[in-house]
Amino acid sequence: MVRSKAAWRYDRRVIVLSLIYAVFLLAAVWLFKHHMVTGAAAWVIAILPALPICGIFAAMGFYLVEETDEYVRVLMVRQTLWASGFALSIATVWGFLESFELVGHTASYWVSVLWFGGLGLGALANRLTLRRAA
Amino acid sequence: MKNRLKVLRAERDWSQGDLAERLGVSRQSVNAIETGRYDPSLPLAFRIAELFDLPIEAIFASPSAEA
Repeated sequence: MVRSKAAWRYDRRVIVLSLIYAVFLLAAVWLFKHHMVTGAAAWVIAILPALPICGIFAAMGFYLVEETDEYVRVLMVRQTLWASGFALSIATVWGFLESFELVGHTASYWVSVLWFGGLGLGALANRLTLRRAA
Repeated sequence: MKNRLKVLRAERDWSQGDLAERLGVSRQSVNAIETGRYDPSLPLAFRIAELFDLPIEAIFASPSAEA
């Protein structure tokens, strides 16, 4: 399948943001491990790794706006709906389990990881449902 | 939605890729429309109709007429 210009731009943005994420994460972990940041700086450094991840969500939004092929856009919207439903459902179930002290605490950034995993699930759902409809 | 896209394309000896290029969409989109898996938006349906120089209803069957 030939990828559209919008898809290439999305790929490029995601790659750049992923590299920035890796740098920010490594730097933040190193700085905190060596107790080199305190006060307001600690807040800024702690938030830095989250920003490229937020950027990836924005990149997805830009892609949906910039993609001119309406069918491909519909497929991606379906994928993101699957991803959102998957991530939010697991987060909700986990939240209740945690509230009743049946499971331990988990950092909320795992919701993002679930969402990215959900994109794969959405791609699989697209493939299965559209093949059945053909 | 049923349509005559495949027939019209074959009459002109166009591949799905040829039609996709003329419409400015992906081959995947043409395939999805041809097989009835995806109903195009009104602007795309108009582009298809203009390309074949036919009214929309000569290409796409009305869902109410199908019922």
